[in-house]
Amino acid sequence: MRVPLSWLRELTPLETRPTDRGEVAALAADLDALGLVVEGVEKVGEGLRDVVLARVLEIAAIAKADKIRRVVVDAGGPEPVEVVCGAWNFEVGDIVPFAPIGAVLPGEFRIEQRRMRGVVSNGMLCSGRELRLSEDQGGILVLGRDVGPVGPSVPEGVKRVDAGLELGLPLADYLGAAFEPDVVFDLAIEGNRPDCLCIAGIARDIAALVGLPLQLPEPVVEEGPEPASRYASVEVLAPQLCHRLIGKVLLGVSSVASPALIARRLTLAGMRPIDSIVDASNYVMLELGQPTHPYDLDRLAGHGLRVRSARPGEEIVTLDGVTRVLGRPPVGSRDSIPGSDCLICDAEDRPVGIGGIMGGQSSEISTEASRVLLEVGYFVPLAIARTARIVGLRSEASVRFERGVDREGMERAALRFCELVVDAARAAGVAPPVIASGLIDAESVAYVPLRIPVRAGRVGALLGTKIQDAELGRLLDPLGFVTRSPAGPGTGGLLEVEVPSFRPDVRREVDVTEEVARRIGYQQLPTSQRRSPYVGRLTDVQILRRRLKRILAGLGAHEAWTTSIVDPRDQLRGGVTVRLVALLNPMVAEESVLRGGLLPGLLGAARHNLSHRHPWLRLFEIGDVFALPGVATEGGSDSAPGLTREVSLELPEERELVGLLLTDLDDDAGAALNAWRVVADALRLEDVELRPASHEGMHPARTAEVVAGGTVLGVVGELDPETLQEYGLVQPRAGWLELDLHKLAAAPLRPLAARPVSRFPSSDVDLAFVVDDSVPAAAIEVALGRAAGELCESVELFDVYRGAAVREGSRSLAYRLRFCALDRTLTDGEVAGLRSQCIAAVETKHRATLRS
Amino acid sequence: MTTASAEEMAQLEADATAALAGAGDIAQLDERERVAFRSKRSRFAEMYQKLGSTPPDERRVLGRLLNELRGRLEVVANARRAELVAAARIERLAADRLDLTEVLPGRLQGHLNLVTQTREALEDVFVGMGYEIAEGPEVETGWRNFGALNIGEDHPARSPLDTFYVDFGEPWSVLLRPHTSPVQIRLLERGVLPIYAVAPGRTYRKDTPDSTHLPVFHQIEGLVVDRGVTFADLKGTIDTFVRAVFGDGTRTRLRPAYFPFTEPSAEFEMSCVICGGDGCRTCSGVGWIELGGCGMVHPAVFEATGVDPEEWTGFAFGFGIDRIAFMRHGISDLRVMIENDVRFLAQF
Repeated sequence: MRVPLSWLRELTPLETRPTDRGEVAALAADLDALGLVVEGVEKVGEGLRDVVLARVLEIAAIAKADKIRRVVVDAGGPEPVEVVCGAWNFEVGDIVPFAPIGAVLPGEFRIEQRRMRGVVSNGMLCSGRELRLSEDQGGILVLGRDVGPVGPSVPEGVKRVDAGLELGLPLADYLGAAFEPDVVFDLAIEGNRPDCLCIAGIARDIAALVGLPLQLPEPVVEEGPEPASRYASVEVLAPQLCHRLIGKVLLGVSSVASPALIARRLTLAGMRPIDSIVDASNYVMLELGQPTHPYDLDRLAGHGLRVRSARPGEEIVTLDGVTRVLGRPPVGSRDSIPGSDCLICDAEDRPVGIGGIMGGQSSEISTEASRVLLEVGYFVPLAIARTARIVGLRSEASVRFERGVDREGMERAALRFCELVVDAARAAGVAPPVIASGLIDAESVAYVPLRIPVRAGRVGALLGTKIQDAELGRLLDPLGFVTRSPAGPGTGGLLEVEVPSFRPDVRREVDVTEEVARRIGYQQLPTSQRRSPYVGRLTDVQILRRRLKRILAGLGAHEAWTTSIVDPRDQLRGGVTVRLVALLNPMVAEESVLRGGLLPGLLGAARHNLSHRHPWLRLFEIGDVFALPGVATEGGSDSAPGLTREVSLELPEERELVGLLLTDLDDDAGAALNAWRVVADALRLEDVELRPASHEGMHPARTAEVVAGGTVLGVVGELDPETLQEYGLVQPRAGWLELDLHKLAAAPLRPLAARPVSRFPSSDVDLAFVVDDSVPAAAIEVALGRAAGELCESVELFDVYRGAAVREGSRSLAYRLRFCALDRTLTDGEVAGLRSQCIAAVETKHRATLRS
Repeated sequence: MTTASAEEMAQLEADATAALAGAGDIAQLDERERVAFRSKRSRFAEMYQKLGSTPPDERRVLGRLLNELRGRLEVVANARRAELVAAARIERLAADRLDLTEVLPGRLQGHLNLVTQTREALEDVFVGMGYEIAEGPEVETGWRNFGALNIGEDHPARSPLDTFYVDFGEPWSVLLRPHTSPVQIRLLERGVLPIYAVAPGRTYRKDTPDSTHLPVFHQIEGLVVDRGVTFADLKGTIDTFVRAVFGDGTRTRLRPAYFPFTEPSAEFEMSCVICGGDGCRTCSGVGWIELGGCGMVHPAVFEATGVDPEEWTGFAFGFGIDRIAFMRHGISDLRVMIENDVRFLAQF
């Protein structure tokens, strides 16, 4: 919402001077503190006193220059002035704005003497944009021309110069009061404050703050003898969409330009002046917040308006030339209320506009209109919001209606419109229109003001301060509220607050509380400390997550975060075979599903780094992945039982995974496995085993499931070389470890009780077995561990040998067993016995022989 | 004692001392020691043998003198030996010299992501204030995300232009949460009061990626519900955690705003961390930086979750985690976050 200071001052007598930087900043701070957030402060009308009217006397080429010319002007001084100019849109004899040396143009732009191509320029001819009068930068602002009509560059509201004009006259004097220096505040209005979508509402808030009166326009309109109802009719057939529609009839309307002040204000507020009728409608909307619609009464069949709901599929071509289909449910909503779009029709039931949103093309008012019917409506906010969404159209009107306009301000708006049209005609020197007497009025739902019981004590309690009954009225009433004590004073702080018609956001006590807070000032309200009665601590999963991140970082992996909205094809490339959760409204096809795994994202990150010549790195991520409940679409074993965290009927499956991608030099399945061992050891996991498994995207013969306490926690191993290729990665091998965070959190841990450490010497036994390739080393280790019994401190694989010394299809596995008793030194005999026990256990249980 | 033998002894001591002290290495020292007094054919041994032919009185004196001489020579030899051993050790270690700057680099620790670092720092502040860290799913129901938060059916935030919806269950009923606020609803639904909690997490909005927007980002949300919680408490809490996170000198201020799930609502700002409030480029010259939204929990939210708003009141606040990280590190383009470039990650 763009708010010119001069307009604001018309509605409340602020003393802020637009030229005083400090006063303007103070007003901006006040607006901010009210929640009317100042997003910009623009100074306009500056420098217009330094610029004078000048006539072009001569235009000449400059040698070796094809963009600039030498121009001599008469600026009213004793001598003609020579300038260099780069614009070509003017001719000898034109009246143009001239900024002499020393003039300061908007934006602190000081004009100095310059020399270009050997020609001295003693000033500057100005464009409308340089003077901040218009957006036109096509050339110099030509204010008058000796012969023929002037060019199109004269901004709205600027009168044209005739030949007898005084040269050297300051532009400010020529333009008049409408172009006085001014300040435009650009305010961001919150969605719950429709009352501040107009100058009056903002004036009301600021007036209350600084303690000034609000001076709303009180339009005075002289009315003709005939009643409006003689000329036109209005009816409302859809009370659920439109609560009231009033009409005003203007006879003998002439199309004229708006007075300079009206045109200038519209321009500053960001609207383009058209003619006095359209301008008056826009001006009323900006000033009072009430959108209106003027119709050419003679083109309106049946000379009347009828408001009804649209039939399913009914079409209308709106002012912007687009065909809109009504009576359809909105995208993204389950509700389809038939007949929820409001149509304005003529008296013969032909649509002429979408109520509250945009007029129809057929109803566009032309300059020939001589009889005008002004429509002023109150449309139901929810209905307008829904329709605007369905037809995908937001207009200045719909924004206001969907938030709620002032139900009690309709008549004032209608009269203000008439007053402005009459004033414009008088200013232009034509006969003003005759205003038919009275309103035509169709009210389908009567307005009942809302009265809220409010406890001053409760208001104070929520704000952390004391509020007296009397204070409530003092704070609220300047905003238009009426505060009463229904049962007289001293009734325990129960008051009745009547909400003004322009404040649809205030519905219950707590809304009144916010108004009180705003009036006192958020900064002025007290501050206190609230202490939690709890001891703050992280949950086990949160602690685990933090520890894991540090463990993985300790392994040299950087923590990545990759996006969760991904390309389904990319998921497939990265071996994700779960049923992906699709978006209903993706932005692009490449980002249309939720990730089902972490690997594709991390591979993408690795590829990014490769493209910047960083192929050797380790990355991890801990984050949520998503899947539709049920089994995988393909035969991948990632649907192994127990992999789902919790089945919820209302939401897709969401799991938090830990992914570690190892693409450093020499990284492979072994590196991944050792990473897992570090994790398992650091977390003190117990009962951990590996189960060979095949996994989409992973190397079929170098992958295992990680199991703890019988639950599959995830997968560890090497990526399928094809997966690496798919991602254009150059590493010959890459390791991958993926764990389910919440399963990991539930995995069994080694007991907390300390295990005593022996003080006696230990004995080592080295055993090497030739073991068939089909037997996993882990099985040998388990057999050794069991056979070795209580006295065994550790079993460690220390050598694996394949080669000529062992038979094909097998390998030598060398283990070192360390034996130790807590209470004595083991005898040679005891150790020898344990040794034979171990050998026997392995040889009998597995296809293995002791290597001699 | 004859003068001759005294002279002889002095001579022997002078020669032997010089020889021992001048030994160039251990082998030479061993040899000279032998020649001086250890060998049976050494001059010292010869003099000792002569003792037998000396008169008993003289023998006793001479014997003592010889023993003393031997003691002195041994001291000299041992001293020289210690010197030589030390020198040899130094030489041996010098030969083992390593230029420490030529050592090949090994694998360093990885770095935690900026988002994690910032999130944990924020979490720690709130844990210190006695808050729990609550979490909720990123895919949420429309009810928890909008309905229960008093966001009407026709609120623009529900529009498919702003919020991502997922294809699950009833069409347009399940979505990617555009804020962490549904965790408030989960906390209230849990029914354990009072509540002192913050909820950090990933959030989603339909924004085209540019230097200041990503469709995927991170937020942290606070919720306090207790008896007698006031707007003044909200102001104090915001002030407390902002100072804990950004330093004691940081000031905060609130200004009116609108959120459907709080009333009164406010935006909260802090004094610019770069210029301290004087105005600079980071704060667009105003001295204040907008952090997030906050307010008193709307009674409608309590009503939706079965909490009595007459008995319980509360406040909520929320702000972006990523934005704080960027502010702290002077990062101007958000997109660097999703690239996961090690040249970026390894900096923090």
